[in-house]
Amino acid sequence: MEETSEKKHSKVRKVALVLALIVVSAVLLYLLDLLLRPKYMGDVTEGALTAEYYEAYGDHDVLFVGDCEVYENFSTVQLWREYGLNSFIRGGAQQLVWQSYYLLEDALRYETPDVVVFNVLSLMYNEPQNEAYNRMALDGMRWSKTKWDAINASMCEGESMVEYLFPILRYHSRWNELTRDDFKYWFKKDTVSYNGYYLRTEIMPAGEFPPPRPLAEPGFGDKAMKYLDKMTKLCEEKGIHLVLIKSPSLYPHWYEEWDQEIEKYAAEHDLLYINMLEIAESEVGIDYSLDTYDAGLHMNVTGAEKCASYLGGVLVEKYGLQDHRNDEDMAEYWEEVCTRYDEAKTSGT
Amino acid sequence: MHFASYIFIGFVLALVTLYYVLPKKTQWPLLLLGSYVFYYYAGWKCLLYILAVTVITYVAGLLISKNKMQADAKIADMKAREKARSQLVKDDPTFAESTEEPVDKTARKLYKEKQKKKRRHIMAVGIILALLILAVVKYTDFTIHNINSILSVFKISKRISFLNIALPMGLSFYTFQAVGYVIDVYRDRHEAQKNFFKYALFVSFFPQLVQGPISRYGDLSRELYTPHDFSGRVVARGLERVIWGFFKKLVIADRILPAVKVMIETPENYKGMFVFMVMMFYALELYADFTGGIDITIGIAEMLAIPVKENFERPFFSKNIAEYWRRWHITMGTWFTDYIFYPISVSGPMLKLSKWSRKHLPEKMGKRVPVYLASFVVWFATGIWHGASWNFIVWGLGNFVVIMISQELEPLYAKFHKKVNTERNALTSTSYKTFQVGRTVLLMSALRLFDCYRDVPMTFKMFGTLFTTWNWNLLSSNAMLQLGINRADYVILGIGTLVLIIVSIIGRSGSVRDKMEKKLPMPLRWGAFTILVMIILVFGAYGEGYDAAQFIYNQF
Repeated sequence: MEETSEKKHSKVRKVALVLALIVVSAVLLYLLDLLLRPKYMGDVTEGALTAEYYEAYGDHDVLFVGDCEVYENFSTVQLWREYGLNSFIRGGAQQLVWQSYYLLEDALRYETPDVVVFNVLSLMYNEPQNEAYNRMALDGMRWSKTKWDAINASMCEGESMVEYLFPILRYHSRWNELTRDDFKYWFKKDTVSYNGYYLRTEIMPAGEFPPPRPLAEPGFGDKAMKYLDKMTKLCEEKGIHLVLIKSPSLYPHWYEEWDQEIEKYAAEHDLLYINMLEIAESEVGIDYSLDTYDAGLHMNVTGAEKCASYLGGVLVEKYGLQDHRNDEDMAEYWEEVCTRYDEAKTSGT
Repeated sequence: MHFASYIFIGFVLALVTLYYVLPKKTQWPLLLLGSYVFYYYAGWKCLLYILAVTVITYVAGLLISKNKMQADAKIADMKAREKARSQLVKDDPTFAESTEEPVDKTARKLYKEKQKKKRRHIMAVGIILALLILAVVKYTDFTIHNINSILSVFKISKRISFLNIALPMGLSFYTFQAVGYVIDVYRDRHEAQKNFFKYALFVSFFPQLVQGPISRYGDLSRELYTPHDFSGRVVARGLERVIWGFFKKLVIADRILPAVKVMIETPENYKGMFVFMVMMFYALELYADFTGGIDITIGIAEMLAIPVKENFERPFFSKNIAEYWRRWHITMGTWFTDYIFYPISVSGPMLKLSKWSRKHLPEKMGKRVPVYLASFVVWFATGIWHGASWNFIVWGLGNFVVIMISQELEPLYAKFHKKVNTERNALTSTSYKTFQVGRTVLLMSALRLFDCYRDVPMTFKMFGTLFTTWNWNLLSSNAMLQLGINRADYVILGIGTLVLIIVSIIGRSGSVRDKMEKKLPMPLRWGAFTILVMIILVFGAYGEGYDAAQFIYNQF
């Protein structure tokens, strides 16, 4: 009888030990995982943008999705200040159309914006492009089926879902390159964007670009268009106005054939399409000698404010978006964003 | 699905779980299914090869066994009839004249010989067919290459086109295992397996399919088909071995790999001292890679409660090459000894040669000639088994030459030991043993250069630069940091190798896991393995950013 009881105790001790080891290992692994992940707090901050969405205030009037031509070219602060619009940009470096779609789908789990603005340049890519950009766009997403689908659609050759599920398997080799920032931002990160807008203050006048190469294929690829269709359908289902834009960046070259295809698509689906490149100087007021920070590829803050000012005007007029500046809580939130924004503008960082 | 991949780890976890969760009678069929799923991942064509080898050797084994049973029954019947007849004749002498002729001993012997010959023929056909697949797949292009070279020597412009047949994963391993089975059935070591699916599992048992060990049916079948109860201890011990294997493979072998690759892919830039570095680095890489793979193999089999033969016994502590080969890739060595060396040694022509050489040559040489000849064949076969290239053949024969020279110098060593008593105290004894171990490491590493460089002339040329290019001063520069691995990598490698050596030293007096189990309390032991897992996860060379390195022996 005693022996049986002792055996039972020993078994319980073993089970407890196994459980304790599992818990301790899991905690240690989690801490290591957090330490080894890139923090995107230094020179390359784009990787921090996706996660910042979850910290933003309230439902948005306007949600932007797209690549660098949205997160660098539209000042969300300007939209707030001039029109009282609560907007957010879910954009990332070379963010592909399927990533934009899934980031939109992810956002719709939390809110239903009035307008979704999609920048169409990324339709030029029909295949996954780059692991580093995939990571920047997807690592910050909260786990859901949407994230799973986004990863599946985005993975390049050699990438593995397991490494997204357990980022330590991907970033373990960073033990060799850890910096002070990795320890500083181990558990908490700074906010680097202004509701998804990436502020740049430098000025570099637009320069010469290599002549555009003839298009191998006249239209966009099947996969890219499939996701544009999905985005259109999703917005339609949710009663959201989808607006297609081509941001006024001068490079990569925006071909006439592409423009016509988008115009046709917009007409067929009753969508608003604004090619801001065509009207950049005449209507938006862009001065390419002053409003870009990298020779015409992306806008600096003055360019982004002009783009936001123009687009905001169009959206308010066409869709009757409400001014929220009298909403105290929202105004308080934006006051903090504006303060940071103005400080960054002044200090030039 | 190679061992160091996420999918393989997931596959093993799922298989081990199902193995113990499903009813016990489904354990071996599950393993068969798992093994074929594993092999299918290497390409569906691979399944055709393994199926062909399985069918051929299964049928051969079955026919041999059937013949043996029938022959034994008939001989027993003959004996019984003879006994009965002699009893009747004893009782009634006139009976002898009234019945047929008795079956005497000679007729019985003749019948026995005839049946044995028949079995030998079946065995030969089975072996030839199985080896034919290996030969066609592995050696056709090598043969064509040599024929084309001969044609070009004779300035004949005609060339034979290469077949470019992809080598199926583990073909050499499972073919040898299956051939060994047929020979063992012929030798009556065990009966043939009548259940085709059980036999198919023996040939395809997935943990050892790609790089051995080369198991014997008599050993593996004992537990392969037996139902096993779940035992936490058994699974944990297997897991410990797997973890240790991954440590060797990912923390050591794959971390040093880029440096080895750089130095051997552009040999013109890496002469002299670098060749020595290739010797040392490749020795470490190969050891960690191969023994790591075998640890994973044995560990997985242990998790399934199926013991698999050990394949290594700290080979780099060997005092000479012959000993090294008794401790490195043990199952391959014993396979060659049992199925090539001994049969050749006792074959008719060899016995005749032995008789002749003892008669016509000096006494000692006369005894050795047949042994050396059999050894020559074994080493040639070992070389060509490793790969269809002259590099491997010369490497195999190089081992043979070194072993032969070392045996011939035996009397000289004896004289030396008589004069200089190396055992006179602990210091001299240890120093001499260290010298012997160092010599073995150097010799083996030098021979392994044939495994590294693209052809035999290049290997000799590079080895020659060890003596003609004196660039050891580069060691003090940052030349070693230009090989694709940085300072931190060297630190990891240094610590990893030190751990490897310490564990090897501890393991000299018995299993390290047994010692840990006896001396360390469970929390400490498991804690140690948890830390090892963390070390592998963080410091292992795997995943995005690293070239996924296939295990070196998978190619054989």
